[in-house]
Parts: sequence; C-alpha cells; structure tokens
Amino acid sequence: MASGKGGTGKTTVAVNLALSLESNQAVQFLDCDVEEPNAHIFLKPHLRQSEPVFLPIPEVIEEKCNYCGKCAEVCAYNAIAVLKDNVLIFPELCHGCGGCSLLCPEKAIKEKGKKIGFMEFGSLNSLQFIHGKLDIGEAMSPPLIRAVKKHLNTTRTIIIDVPPGTSCPVIEAVKGSDFCLLVTEPTPFGLNDLRLAVETIKQLKIPCGVIINRADIGDRQVEDYCQKENIPVLMTIPFDRNIAVAYSEGISIIETQPEYERKFLELFEKIKK
Amino acid sequence: MKQLVIISGKGGTGKTIISASFATLIQRKVMVDCDVDAANLFLLLHPETQETHQFSGGMKARIRPEECTACGECIDVCRFSAVKNTEEQEVTIDPISCEGCAVCSYICPVEAIEMEKNISGEWFISQTKYGPFVHARLGIGEENSGKLVAEVRKKAKEIAEKNNLDFVIIDGPPGIGCPVIASLSGTNMALVVTEPTISGIHDMERVIQMAHHFGIQTACCLNKYDLNLRNTEQIEKWCQRNSIPLVGKIPFAPVVTESMVQGIPLTEFTKNSASQAIINMWQELQKLLIKENTQQ
Repeated sequence: MASGKGGTGKTTVAVNLALSLESNQAVQFLDCDVEEPNAHIFLKPHLRQSEPVFLPIPEVIEEKCNYCGKCAEVCAYNAIAVLKDNVLIFPELCHGCGGCSLLCPEKAIKEKGKKIGFMEFGSLNSLQFIHGKLDIGEAMSPPLIRAVKKHLNTTRTIIIDVPPGTSCPVIEAVKGSDFCLLVTEPTPFGLNDLRLAVETIKQLKIPCGVIINRADIGDRQVEDYCQKENIPVLMTIPFDRNIAVAYSEGISIIETQPEYERKFLELFEKIKK
Repeated sequence: MKQLVIISGKGGTGKTIISASFATLIQRKVMVDCDVDAANLFLLLHPETQETHQFSGGMKARIRPEECTACGECIDVCRFSAVKNTEEQEVTIDPISCEGCAVCSYICPVEAIEMEKNISGEWFISQTKYGPFVHARLGIGEENSGKLVAEVRKKAKEIAEKNNLDFVIIDGPPGIGCPVIASLSGTNMALVVTEPTISGIHDMERVIQMAHHFGIQTACCLNKYDLNLRNTEQIEKWCQRNSIPLVGKIPFAPVVTESMVQGIPLTEFTKNSASQAIINMWQELQKLLIKENTQQ
C-alpha cells in the first residue's frame, strides 16, 4: 500500500482490507512506515513482544590500529576520519555496510550494534501484526524496514503499509511485493505524486492499481491519467464526513459502515485477478 | 535573516497549502521546497526556472560482465542484497538496491566492478511572482534525499543573504527521518502542522520530540480543527503542558481543495475563515521569531 503523497488514506485502506480479509484467511500485517507508524491505532492489536533493532557500526580496537587510514578511504559515507593517533567515527552517517571492518588490514575494527528503533509483534484474532518504530533523532529508516520484512510469513496474505514519498524507504518497503496498491486523491497534488509513485513502481516491475480516496473532491485528472496510462482504478471511496470523523477517533471504515467490508473483499478479488 | 521550516510528521496535513499562503503574505523572503521526493509547492507558485543543476548523491556499482568470473564473493559481502546471481549464472547489481558502499568493488578478486557517479536528481533556482524559489526533484527511487535537501537549503540561504532578505520559508517533507532532519537543522523555528486525529496527534508528538532533540524551537498549527473538537482540546492541552505555542487553528473548508485545483495559494484565492486563520498565524509566528532574536 503506497501513495507518493502523504495523507491520502494508505493506512485506512490497508487496515480495512486487512480487517475484511481476516475472518476468511490468514493475514499478516506489516507496518513499514517506521517513521510514523499508525496502523496499530486502527487495528488495536494485542502487542505481545518488543525487539530492538540495531545497525552495525564500527568500533576500533585501539591496540591493533596503526592509523593507516584505510577505513576512512573506503568509507563511502564519510563516517570515519583517521587522525594521527585517533579514529573518529560518526555513527549518524554510517550505513552499516561493513566495508571498514572487512577491509582493515590490521583487523582492528569490529562492529557493534547501535540501536535505531524497535519492532513490536502482536495479533488481532488470527491476524499477525508487526510494526517498526524508528527512534527519535535517527535518520535511517531502511535498515529498520529490512528488519521488519525479515519476518515476512509467506504462508499468509501479507499487507504492507508503506511510508509516503518515492525514495529509498519506499523502495525498501515495496520491493518484493506481488502487487502494489496506490492510494491517491483527485487533486493536482495527488496526481503529481501518483505519477511519481507509478514511475517508481514501474522500475521495480511490480503490477499496480489505483484507489481514489475522497473521490468526489477535486477534479477528474487522476481518472484521465489512469485511463491514459492503462492503470486500473480498482476502487473509489467518496468523501464522507462520517468516515473522516471516525478516522479521527481511530475507528476503521468497516466499523462505522459495515457495507464496506464487501467492497474491500471485491477489491481483493480484483487484485488476485 | 530567519529560517522557518514547516513540517508535520504525518503526510497530508496541509504543509504545502500553508507554505504557499505564507509566500503571498511575507514580503522579503525566499521560498524553498525540501520535500524533494514528492514536491508539490511548485504547483501553487508556478515557477519560471532560471537555473537547473544536476545533483549526484553518490555512486553505484556496475559489473563489467566480460571480466566477471561469477565467483560470487561480491554477493556474500553486500549487505543491501543488491548483488544477485541470475538464472544464467551471471552476477548482476540491482541499481535500485545498491547504496554505493563500494565494498563489492574492493573485494572483487578480478577487479570487475567499478563505481560510477550516479546522477540522482536536479535542483532549480526559479523566479515566481512571490519572489525567488529554490526547489528540487529527486530521481525516481533514489537515495540521499537528505543530501539534496542540504544542497537546496544552502542555495536558498545564499540567495537570502545576498539580497538581504528577512526570511527563508521551507516546506518540509513528512516523517521524522533523514530528509526531515536535513530540512530542520539550523532553522530558527519549526512550524508543526497537525490535524485533530489520533494519528495526527501521535505523529505530531514524535516530530516535535525530534525537533527538540536537535534543539529547534517549535510552534504548532492545528488544521481542520473543527473536524473533531475533542481531539482539538486534547492537542491544546498537550501544547500548553509542553509550552509549545499553538499559533493557528484553521477550520475545515472545501474551498481549500478548490484553491489547490485552481493552482492558487489559499490566501490569494479567497477571503474566508480558513485564509484569515493563516494570516493571523503568520502574525503570531513573526512575534515568536522576533522574540527569539532578542533572546539570542
């Protein structure tokens, strides 16, 4: 579930699809919007277990280091500086590639874990739930997204909530999926960001379809674009103040309007085809 | 010169609508769009681009197939799962997954991997009827958006200093990660735009904590406040408890969407309670920014 533009309703669609499917089949829900995860607010899973996630960063073994400078030379992210008799490490720039420790001629660098966030595991009836939460002040979300996705349970139907945008965290979250649903709104901002999202998904060679949320606001340009680009519009959700108010309270659509359950099941049938 | 960044944590709360309205209200300023992977401010400011610059965020690895012996050592060392064996027993690098660490190129026993500079975006200096505008476009699926944000901000600051402008107004990206940190660092204040929803509250708390973590003062704006008055009250109390000035409360109004469809900043498009709330908010922010000056 991706979108380009934020606030279009990714989490709403992901949550309602998961709740609609959950009674008939095994579902796993992964919230990969680790900077601002929100799905738990609506799903209210019973969270059982928490696990920290670490990024491997270098640590110099002083006795072995001869300050040759090889580690600083190979680090592509300027995360290491070697002085005459000191090595400075900048953990916030480190991507955890392991190059410095692997290539140090003196074997003077080992790796230690730096905590960047945590995962929580839980369930709601038969639905399995996992989300990642980036620690405040940490810059890099892709390693945390990778950690969450290590827990993919491929025996289940997996729904992944993706962060907004089109850059590396989005790629990390979408990669490997069988299908990508793009949630948008019929406005110039929605259209502009949908275009970017479609280009991104095309690069990943993943089939996609569009959901137009608040379909009766704005203009017709999103529909025209989808038609021209041959991207199926799989569902439209009209603007409804009741849905907006329920959303504001952390309540899913199908809780307030049960007839939507059928629509989400139809959506899933269309995706399967 | 003061730098104000507009952020939100949660996407779609109204950052860009507010930024564009500020463009119409503030006289001596440069506008900046730091949401480089889904930029929208240009849709309201209609820039005429004067300069286009290429941006290279880093390197990507490439295998020279004629030299590769398919030994697979590079596959083992890549932590980003970017090196793969194809069905034809060829080793290839997926440029989308490659983070440019170059470990594969160092480890390759036959030196068959080279690192290439990767053009990952463009940034622009433009003119608009509201004054200068610096913006960018990150290539599809690229990384290092933080670096591109830093580049754009450096340019905007130069323009402000050279022309003796009073303000740099920065439209920031959603989230709390790398591009947000780059948009925020070194600014005088962050305006956090939220909405009276449980998700909005959750994300606002995280983004304000993040700003404070980096020592940046915050002010809060509550958009569509009348959609849920109970949550609005909760946010008001939270702001009070945490000594965060609540500088604006904007009512929900369908005309906001209409102004966006027409491509006109709200404050220029209409005079109503929503646009008036933004005008009042800028007055409040100005006072805070001046106060910050005397404190320094």
